[in-house]
Amino acid sequence: MLGLDKKDALLFLIVVAMVVLAPFILNPFPTDSSLAQFNAGYPDLMQRFLIFGIFAVGFNILFGLTGYLSFGHAAFLGVGSYAGVWMFKLLGMNVLLAIVSSVLMSAVFAVVIGYISLRRSGIYFSILTLAFAQMSYALAYSVLSGITNGETGLQLSHNDPRVLGASVNADGSLPVPNLFGLEMRATETLNIGPWAFDFNAGYYVCAVFMIAGFYLAIRIFRSPFGMMLRAVKSNQQRMHYTGLNTRPYTLAAFVISGMYAGLAGGLMVSMDPLAGAERMLWTRSGEVVLMTILGGAGTLIGPVLGAGFIKYFENIFSKINDNVLHGWFAFMPDGLENAVVWILHPFIGKGWHLTLGILFMLVVIFLPGGLVEGGQRIMGLFRRSPKDGAKQDTEASKHPAE
Amino acid sequence: METIIIQLLNGLDKGSAYALIALGLTLIFGTLGVVNFAHGALFMIGAFCAVTLNRILTLSHTVIDETQTDFLGNPLKVEVPYVNGIFGEEMGAFIIDWNVPLAIIFAIPIMVAIGVIIERGLIRHFYKRPHADQILVTFGLAIVLQEIIKAFYGANPIPTPAPDAFRGSFDFGVLLGFDPYTVIYPYWRLIYFIFSMIIIGAVFAFLQFTTFGMVVRAGMADRETVGLLGIDIDRRFTIMFGIAAAVAGLAGVMYAPINSPNYHMGMDFLVLSFVVVVVGGMGSLPGAVLAGFLLGILQSFASMSAVIETIPGINQVVIYLVAIIILLTRPRGLMGRKGVMED
Repeated sequence: MLGLDKKDALLFLIVVAMVVLAPFILNPFPTDSSLAQFNAGYPDLMQRFLIFGIFAVGFNILFGLTGYLSFGHAAFLGVGSYAGVWMFKLLGMNVLLAIVSSVLMSAVFAVVIGYISLRRSGIYFSILTLAFAQMSYALAYSVLSGITNGETGLQLSHNDPRVLGASVNADGSLPVPNLFGLEMRATETLNIGPWAFDFNAGYYVCAVFMIAGFYLAIRIFRSPFGMMLRAVKSNQQRMHYTGLNTRPYTLAAFVISGMYAGLAGGLMVSMDPLAGAERMLWTRSGEVVLMTILGGAGTLIGPVLGAGFIKYFENIFSKINDNVLHGWFAFMPDGLENAVVWILHPFIGKGWHLTLGILFMLVVIFLPGGLVEGGQRIMGLFRRSPKDGAKQDTEASKHPAE
Repeated sequence: METIIIQLLNGLDKGSAYALIALGLTLIFGTLGVVNFAHGALFMIGAFCAVTLNRILTLSHTVIDETQTDFLGNPLKVEVPYVNGIFGEEMGAFIIDWNVPLAIIFAIPIMVAIGVIIERGLIRHFYKRPHADQILVTFGLAIVLQEIIKAFYGANPIPTPAPDAFRGSFDFGVLLGFDPYTVIYPYWRLIYFIFSMIIIGAVFAFLQFTTFGMVVRAGMADRETVGLLGIDIDRRFTIMFGIAAAVAGLAGVMYAPINSPNYHMGMDFLVLSFVVVVVGGMGSLPGAVLAGFLLGILQSFASMSAVIETIPGINQVVIYLVAIIILLTRPRGLMGRKGVMED
């Protein structure tokens, strides 16, 4: 189907189903139950799942396939965001315009940065990309504030010269991003008994791009081009000895993953037309690295899982506070209850970064293949002889990078 | 002329911090071959050693002072630090005042212990793994360490003052024959510079003139051969990791009065220190020190108003720009050894 073999087609269909049905899947608890705070099915968060999923899938094309660890990918996210907002300001509020310009703009940046950075490999490549991203961040904050609006962040204003469309609406409000008239913030709520499911236009726009992006990633992974990138990862020197210039391949991978990041940036501003320089900060680049590794670098579904996992933690897990814990452990004797809550206190709420850090370390130490490898191992316990395909994937993901 | 000297001096103290952190990073990289992303966190923990000692020293109990009364006529309750009780009032006040220098003694065993625990417990399992894995696990460790500190000390910067005697500024210009008050420089920054020179000197002397240092240098050059000679090189490398952690920690302790410690100060320094290490050349100790001072001074020159007017924004990016240029023209950095991390 669609040029995919059976296994990939199944994976693709699962992803499509998950993305399309996410408003149901992520809202398993009735709105009035005490567990309703673990519902992740509100539009804002669902959009973020997909946007960071796209970002991580793109990052994985570079890191997972070639093993080049870029610590500056957030720069493309930022460039994409700025390009998108400028498109809103200058041309029109259609999100397609913004997204196309984001992708193109970040591609241009990726060509320049990639062309220079890919002259070195290993730690030097990481430092070079980091240096470029930090430079973009510093410049966006200071000198280029004419373009980026510095600390305030770039946003729509009342006197934008919008060529296709009015600067302000008739009632004086700012126009909102739309897709041929369909506003991104438009949400339909479906009530079934005590459950409420939100269907958001912006989310489904993201979903289309996510599905397309994921499909493209599968095709790249299975193509001769993807094979070449894997060869670069396993032994670049041997490739050079056979007289092959690997630079065009790695550069292409770098640009493609930069374009994914730009797409994520464009989608981000389409949902909320605001771009700030802190999006380029290196901790943001670190975040996408965390997502990819946590999920499983070099696997198809890994980055999506990782992105979803981290964003769920960030938004839901961080809401657990001491009162919630007291509620959970109320069955224990008082002293013990307080002790348990006291022990868990640093790990919850604002301390969720600590939990994330520990989890990340555990994954790197024990599961170099990330959550995907964890899942495969658990499956392996049930099936005595894992299928060859699954085994191959584990083998491939055991060496995330050189 | 005055401005140039001021910028030079300003560059020295930033450069000292870069040089100290980069020195530790290079020690770890040169001996163990591990790229330690948690090094900034060690610097931060050092700064928090100073904070912790300050808290311990100022632990107080309430005493009712009959000689003083508050506005209602009741005897005044005074917080008296326990140190006063042990060492007497004058000595106690002195100890509290000198808390940051005292923290040096306090920090050394703690930092060495932390370093050894990290090496034995975590990093030794990563020698055989790819560099990317090492970067990732130490990056995770950095997040964990920094979040632990945040859980205990909160997210706000904690002011940690220098001793009273060093609080003022020093009129450096008079020494060089300028008018008074043209070139002034805070005492503590001068102390920081001298201190870092002492530490750097001590590390080099230790490596150059002791048998232990000789073995370590031999191990850096060829680990296997040293192992074949029947020397337990692993144990010595563990100790070197402890020493590198202590160097980072001491850099942090002394930096506490310059910049109030907060939990993410390490990350801010780490990125720059990596750039410094790479510019100096991976695995080269003199290179790291040289590049640290060079980049520190370069950065402070770039923030002169005359320079900013000609090239706007240069002060923000000069370090990265230099790093990019050096990496592209001299891939091994200023003084890098051949064959280190070239694959």
